[in-house]
Amino acid sequence: MALTEQELRSLDYEPDTGGHFGDYGGRYVSETLMAALSELDQNYQKLKNDPDFQREFDADLASFVGRPSPLYHAERWSKAIGGAQIYFKREDLNHTGAHKVNNTIGQALLAKYSGKPRVIAETGAGQHGVASATVAARLGLECVVYMGADDVERQSPNVYRMKLLGATVVPVESGSRTLKDALNEAMRDWVTNVDDTFYIIGTVAGPAPYPQIVRDFNAVVGREVKWQSKELFGQYPDALVACVGGGSNAIGLFYPFLKDTEVAIYGVEAAGRGLSTRQHAAPLCSGRPGVLHGAKTYLMDNNDGQIAHTHSVSAGLDYPGVGPEHAYLKDIGRANYVGATDDEALHAFHEVSQVEGIIPALETAHALAYTKTLAATMRPDQTVVVNMSGRGDKDIFTVAKLEGISLT
Amino acid sequence: MSSNRIQQRMDALSAIGRKALIPYIVAGDPTPSVTVPAMHAMVEAGADIIELGMPFSDPFADGPVNQRGAERAIAGGTTLRSVLDAVSEFRQTDQQTPVVLMGYLNPVIAMGETAFCDACEKSGVDGLLIVDMPPEEEGSLVKGARDRGLDLIYLAAPTTTDARLATIGQATSGYLYYVSLKGITGSSKLDTSEVKERIEHIRQHVSVPICVGFGIRTAEDAAAISSTADGSIVGTVLVSQVESLTNDPAKIPEALQSILKPMREAMDANA
Repeated sequence: MALTEQELRSLDYEPDTGGHFGDYGGRYVSETLMAALSELDQNYQKLKNDPDFQREFDADLASFVGRPSPLYHAERWSKAIGGAQIYFKREDLNHTGAHKVNNTIGQALLAKYSGKPRVIAETGAGQHGVASATVAARLGLECVVYMGADDVERQSPNVYRMKLLGATVVPVESGSRTLKDALNEAMRDWVTNVDDTFYIIGTVAGPAPYPQIVRDFNAVVGREVKWQSKELFGQYPDALVACVGGGSNAIGLFYPFLKDTEVAIYGVEAAGRGLSTRQHAAPLCSGRPGVLHGAKTYLMDNNDGQIAHTHSVSAGLDYPGVGPEHAYLKDIGRANYVGATDDEALHAFHEVSQVEGIIPALETAHALAYTKTLAATMRPDQTVVVNMSGRGDKDIFTVAKLEGISLT
Repeated sequence: MSSNRIQQRMDALSAIGRKALIPYIVAGDPTPSVTVPAMHAMVEAGADIIELGMPFSDPFADGPVNQRGAERAIAGGTTLRSVLDAVSEFRQTDQQTPVVLMGYLNPVIAMGETAFCDACEKSGVDGLLIVDMPPEEEGSLVKGARDRGLDLIYLAAPTTTDARLATIGQATSGYLYYVSLKGITGSSKLDTSEVKERIEHIRQHVSVPICVGFGIRTAEDAAAISSTADGSIVGTVLVSQVESLTNDPAKIPEALQSILKPMREAMDANA
């Protein structure tokens, strides 16, 4: 049920003690994981207010990641569209090329402070795996990355990067051989090796407290946009746009603005071959509430409750669930969730590359595709900030292949 | 009609000093037609309670063997409705053996929790074990089950704290399913003396019978576990057997018996 603007302003947007965002989230896991999750929750609630921990986190974001990332005025593209002024939050300029590293640094520090010498991660496009392997190398932690066998094939450069960084990459052959199966396998590893292992989840999905932890570490994105937008154009943006797979880059941008209801919020899901085809990965646009990977949230399943195989040109969005906080923001009406198809994303990928000199990740290209539609309906004195969540270097092989171009 | 079949069975076993042998198979694995004959065959081989898996596409608390079992069942057309139909069919000739459905929450949500509980009652299901629904996430399924006298069986793990044991002990009915090792179903490290110690500890917090699963593969394992626990739950080794007979499903009921009978004998020799 949508809330009134006044109600939306007065919410605190924090989960309850059980990790619920309204009806969503929670801890729908086997008993074997409960102790590990409570331990993580206790450690996190303690460390998030620990000045030493925060100082180390901030220092790494500055000197290792290269924060703050710029807020860039995409002037030529804005003019070509002829509507609102479009700004890119340049997370693509972070070390490892995406927003993912904000979260992995935070979680790897949690592992270090919790005395766990081994970290595991799941990855879809490979960005989170690379980001995890990177910080594991930096902190001297053993790192194992689970990746769907199909994704290993689709994203071979990232697989090699992880190996260069000293991580072990385990291809997951079960199920649909994509992100959701990698997540299942990582959970299994964690259940078995919980004493010495920290599980670095790559998105705001999963059981509590992960959605909150991952959000908090990525919220640096939105906090920076708050002061950068004031500095650049004297006020908050009129609208925020970000792509949503699990939803971590989106919530990182949105969260600091949730109480500022004058700022419109748009999350863009992968509409694949079209929302009416069932070949997409857009649970908020056309799924329904259920339970997957430890949380109640919107998901894509068949009539019998079996999780659907999803499709997106972008491996990082190819996931049948979504972070529970997004499910909550949708239901209360604070954020709007829309879709961009493979074709629309590919079009935006080329257009932004050529007009702005920035090759976006295919995930990000979904946000750009919708930004174009949205900006065209707005006035030139209005502003849109889109999260340029990742760079497209990793995707050039996918795009070339789709266009019948051989790069080898 | 399903009132307390589990408790009656556990009481009866306790009266004669016998421990419960509880096999688990995935309903519809590899085809729907094998399930009911397999259930009857397992009872004949000495099973006291049957745990029937409701296949789910993403069973993250299970190991690869059980996941493949679920994948075969789903590919063979098994749905939650057909699992319930199998129980109805089983009940036509066996009104005594308790049946527990074990699985994950999402298919139940898809059917509707209340509709599911109605169907369970009608089919003759006695208990539910929803792996990804700890007591903290109680919802309409729990209410629906309690209103209809269906037992809710919860898990306890080696890592479960005493405070949580008390909560779980309050919530669980029928029996408590103690997960004997850290890890997923089908893991291989079973330390029976450690399990014994834990069970003695858990009994201080929980009044229902305690049955142990995860890692029981041989007759010796089953006998060792049931020397302290009230029952042994055997799953992966059976699903593995089913897997080896995917191309010859008619042989499955007898093959399951050949695993369960030595377990029954070893457990009874122990008693």
